[in-house]
Amino acid sequence: MSLKEKILSSYLAFEDYLEDDSPIHDLRNKAIKTFESHGFPSKKEEAWKYTSLNALLKEDYSIFPKKETTIEFKEVRKYFLHEIDTFKIVFVDGVYSSFLSSTTHDGMDICLLSAALSKDKYKPVIETYFNKVAKEDSLTSLNTAFAKEGAYIYIPKHKEVQKPVEIINFYTGSETALMLQPRNLIIVGENAHIQIIERHQSLSENAVLTNSVTEIFTEKRAFVDYYKIQNDLPSASLIDNTYIKQERDSVCSVHTFSFGGKLIRNNLNFYQYGEHCNSILKGVTILEQKQHVDHNTLVHHIAPNCESHQDYKGIFDDNSTGVFNGKILVEKDAQKLDAFQQNNNILISDKATINSKPQLEIFADDVRCSHGCTIGQLDDEAMFYLRSRGIGEKEARALLMYAFANNVLESVKIPELKKRINKLIANKIGVNLGFNL
Amino acid sequence: MLKIKNLHASVEDKDILKGINLTVNPGEVHAIMGPNGSGKSTLASVIAGKDEFEVTKGGIELEGEDIKELDPEERAHKGVFLSFQYPVEIPGVSVTNFIKTAINETRKAKGQEDMPAAEMLKKIKEKADLLEIDRKFLSRSLNEGFSGGEKKRNEIFQLAMMEPKLAILDETDSGLDIDALKIVANGVNKLRNADNAVIVITHYQRLLDYIVPDYVHVLMDGKIVKSGSKELAYQLEEKGYDWIKEEVKA
Repeated sequence: MSLKEKILSSYLAFEDYLEDDSPIHDLRNKAIKTFESHGFPSKKEEAWKYTSLNALLKEDYSIFPKKETTIEFKEVRKYFLHEIDTFKIVFVDGVYSSFLSSTTHDGMDICLLSAALSKDKYKPVIETYFNKVAKEDSLTSLNTAFAKEGAYIYIPKHKEVQKPVEIINFYTGSETALMLQPRNLIIVGENAHIQIIERHQSLSENAVLTNSVTEIFTEKRAFVDYYKIQNDLPSASLIDNTYIKQERDSVCSVHTFSFGGKLIRNNLNFYQYGEHCNSILKGVTILEQKQHVDHNTLVHHIAPNCESHQDYKGIFDDNSTGVFNGKILVEKDAQKLDAFQQNNNILISDKATINSKPQLEIFADDVRCSHGCTIGQLDDEAMFYLRSRGIGEKEARALLMYAFANNVLESVKIPELKKRINKLIANKIGVNLGFNL
Repeated sequence: MLKIKNLHASVEDKDILKGINLTVNPGEVHAIMGPNGSGKSTLASVIAGKDEFEVTKGGIELEGEDIKELDPEERAHKGVFLSFQYPVEIPGVSVTNFIKTAINETRKAKGQEDMPAAEMLKKIKEKADLLEIDRKFLSRSLNEGFSGGEKKRNEIFQLAMMEPKLAILDETDSGLDIDALKIVANGVNKLRNADNAVIVITHYQRLLDYIVPDYVHVLMDGKIVKSGSKELAYQLEEKGYDWIKEEVKA
């Protein structure tokens, strides 16, 4: 039985089990049909030209974990931003862990999607927002069909969330191979502020394939800073589908730090519906061995007087492969736009590969769109400069790579997180630099 | 201190240095002058160990030790310092962090502990004052957005911090106005002592009014064609290089 067939038959069991009268019942049924007719994407599709899922799909994934596993906080403490107080929404093998979590309903909701789907008081919100910005492509539909658990965040207007929210999905290896479908719904009201950190972390050598969908709605003048930490084990793969709908004067930034994992595909989509929106997409990718990371971004400019800034840096060693496919779509009415896209890459090994493809579709005539892409090695002159100051070759390389990635870190607004990422980068490069990052 | 014997170097099979002989003793200042393309900067880079250049013949000795095969960082550890004509911009690494790294890496190579933080700070302050460098400047990213003069002053600040045995100043005067030139020259002079030496590479005699050389060498087509006292620099300033070309031909 192929994975697709297994998923389709599991869906029937899932439907029975849920006895679902939730507001999304019909959506699920529609979504599984979409998945059934499209199946998993293949390399024949333009958007998947450089990323093949074939090898991953050969695993015999369990669609639902058979047993619940608990983990001790001390085992996983290091994956939390424990230096500061945070809200936490934590899942273990796809199941909510109240023990590891720290949620709230005090003037806002930072809790669980399963609760929001089952309780009547959330029904109007679910009906207004759920699956309203997500694309109906096959992977998103697959997630929608099995959508049951994930983070639910509702921040009412004028509320500034005082501490960051961590959304962490742990995988314990309770099955030999597991497929997870986390679903996050995040609504940030008018003039509200929030910072969110999302992480998928496997604790086991057993394979896991996560097909995650996150919908974010930023209302008027809302501020959202979203950080994705992708530093998983070589047994873990992630398909991240994130959709962001922005209303006027809102600012949303997404930083994606991709340092580990077998295969990562980031489908990051911004839709600017109101004027004066600002979308910020930043990424640092540092890969080695046979890792593969594919950044597929879309910024859809629909309203006038908006901005978007994309800055992705990649460092590729060994046989690693990277893809950057950045699409900027400018509608006829999106005049006076300022859109900027940059993708810079350094190949350290002769066997590493990067495919970088900017894609601009512009239907407005009064816009400023710029894009740039570079692929190179470390600058010889800069290496000589550092080495002539007594800094060894390895450290000089590290310093230059750090400098290369650094401007993406400048915009990280949580100092403790910035420090963490700095350390991750230093570890990843394998050098302890002679000063405090 | 430095003994260069019959040094030949090439880049991509093109000969640039064609038999340089130069001896620099402790406490001396040597000026190397010459027209564009004569090989001055190549000589500086070859002494500092840039691997773009291949030494095809001859040798470079530092305090009796052949350093020809050493990596640039190893030469730095032994006390060679090159002040770059075009210092490289390193975004995200501050002047302070850079110099701390350079000093501690050098100490590490010599088997010493890191310099204690207080001592480092004191030294940074002292050397920044010497070169009239503003405190704010030290927290800026290395060379990023620096003016030509700021870059050169920063090079000399690094020189002052590293306290090398042999300092090579590659056109440190270019891009400096007269006030900055005096500050830089004063900085270099304060660092001079009986145990170290300076090689000044320049087009112009101007800098040599402030860093007074014991010897002046003229480099042409990859060879030192004439050596003399500081008076030679004045002659070159006045008459250019043509008369030397004539001399060489004759």
